[in-house]
Amino acid sequence: MNFPINSSPHVLPITSVPIIMRHVLYALIPSTIVYVWYFGFGIFINMLIASIAALISEAIMLRIRNRPIKPSLADGSAIVTAILIAFSIPPLAPWWLPVLGASSAIVLAKHLYGGIGANIFNPAMVGYAILLLSFPVQMTHWIPPQIENLGFQNIDLWSTVLYSVTGSLPSNLNLDAITQATPLDIVKGGLKNGISINELRSGPLFSQLGGYGWEWINIFTAFGGVYLLYKGIIRWHIPVSLLTSITIFAALFYLYDPNQNLSPSFHLLSGATVLGAFFIATDPVSAAATNQGRLIYGASIGALTYAIRTWGGYPDGLAFAVLLMNLMVPLIDRFTTPKIYGQQQ
Amino acid sequence: MSDIKTLIVDGLWTKNPALIQLLGICPLLAITTTLVNGLALGIATTVVLICTNSIVSLIRHTLLPSVRILIFVMIISSLVTTIDLLTNAFFHELHGVLGLFIPLIITNCTILAQAESVASRNSIGKSIISGGSAGLGFTAVLLVLGGFREIIGRGSLFSGIDMILGDSATDSFIKFPFDGALVAILPPGAFFGLAILIALRNLFIPTATIEQRLETNISESHG
Repeated sequence: MNFPINSSPHVLPITSVPIIMRHVLYALIPSTIVYVWYFGFGIFINMLIASIAALISEAIMLRIRNRPIKPSLADGSAIVTAILIAFSIPPLAPWWLPVLGASSAIVLAKHLYGGIGANIFNPAMVGYAILLLSFPVQMTHWIPPQIENLGFQNIDLWSTVLYSVTGSLPSNLNLDAITQATPLDIVKGGLKNGISINELRSGPLFSQLGGYGWEWINIFTAFGGVYLLYKGIIRWHIPVSLLTSITIFAALFYLYDPNQNLSPSFHLLSGATVLGAFFIATDPVSAAATNQGRLIYGASIGALTYAIRTWGGYPDGLAFAVLLMNLMVPLIDRFTTPKIYGQQQ
Repeated sequence: MSDIKTLIVDGLWTKNPALIQLLGICPLLAITTTLVNGLALGIATTVVLICTNSIVSLIRHTLLPSVRILIFVMIISSLVTTIDLLTNAFFHELHGVLGLFIPLIITNCTILAQAESVASRNSIGKSIISGGSAGLGFTAVLLVLGGFREIIGRGSLFSGIDMILGDSATDSFIKFPFDGALVAILPPGAFFGLAILIALRNLFIPTATIEQRLETNISESHG
């Protein structure tokens, strides 16, 4: 009988890209369900279009770079990028929005830097940033949560598909009547016009904890994140430090003046905070590689997100915070690399 | 004759200031939001290049080597000031758009490089041809990058042409049937655009060739 003799470690972590990507997709299921519950099936259309665009651009780039096409297409990394982009664009979007987002993520952020494992920026966030900078109007046309009658006109699946394909709505629907700014956007604009937080939060799009609907999307995203932690696909350092630092900053300013600053719960449960903490900032390629570095990286993203949300030009700052900290990763890694025992200076 | 041809080809392509030597990148990136802006800055730079080269070439025998850079910069800055005042007088709107970047032509390395390496060593005719072709090469890159960014970023071409041709040309720009992706006009678009142009240049003249050429030049001048 043949007994293979291996050196330790004997319990191997999950290291293959397809398995990791599959678990990431599983982990996104709960938040997708809640998302559909509140915002309708638009996200499925965006996911489908973005995935097709991502796979096609991935295949073209691999072909140009003379790399084997099949294994890279099948590993699911392009799909994960596309799904994350679909999460970050409005459910009601013209078809070219997810196409441009996914293809620029794959072409510019992934393959121009050398493909999977060599990208210094998070591809999904590059795609999102390009879309947000290029098409500010289309990117801020969010439909309000439709599960209860909030006084907004509802839009059905067929009209969503029609809008995606043709860019126009049936004649009984008006784009301005069925779309709304996101809660973070409303707060940003309202504070600028001197309206207090209390008045703003009495609006229909707000609930006790955060934006109506958004709070549950973020909570269920966190369930997915815990699943990833349990499976050992991500480490706790980045999500914990990110969420802690955003909570600390929000709490400090909230305690100073609750009428001008959003509560910590609102910051945690709106926009992309939780999605960013568990799914985006933890991208193994573009994040810091040491545990100490991960703590610094996550905390800095939290602080930057808070700063951009509060004083910056855009309502949510997570994408820009992640991209900025991606730039800092080599420096962080350099200063946090553990010293070899006996080599210490 | 072939000498002059080499000078022209060098300026336009084989030693193109923007694509091969990568000089004067700052105004190139900042101004090329539209084709017309690029054209205006290109013309201004070319005029300054030709004038500087001819003046430097004329006084090259009386130049003291120790203060030559100082003299070059003084000549360049007086010419640029003239151009700045002339644009302000005759193309006032355009001057408003180009703003700081006309005075900044003084610091454009292409001009100093031409004065130092061509004009201070060659006859006036050669210097003018070399300066003119380098300027035209620079302008060509400005035009391509400006046109590329304008088409993608605004869905138009030649917008603002009235700033050069007068009010009669207000509507004579091309409008494409899309609004464009704003990112191409913003600073990242400039870097993407220039990177794409340099990548395309790489197809014809690989960067490795340029570096090799540079090394042989250095070793020759030392040897």
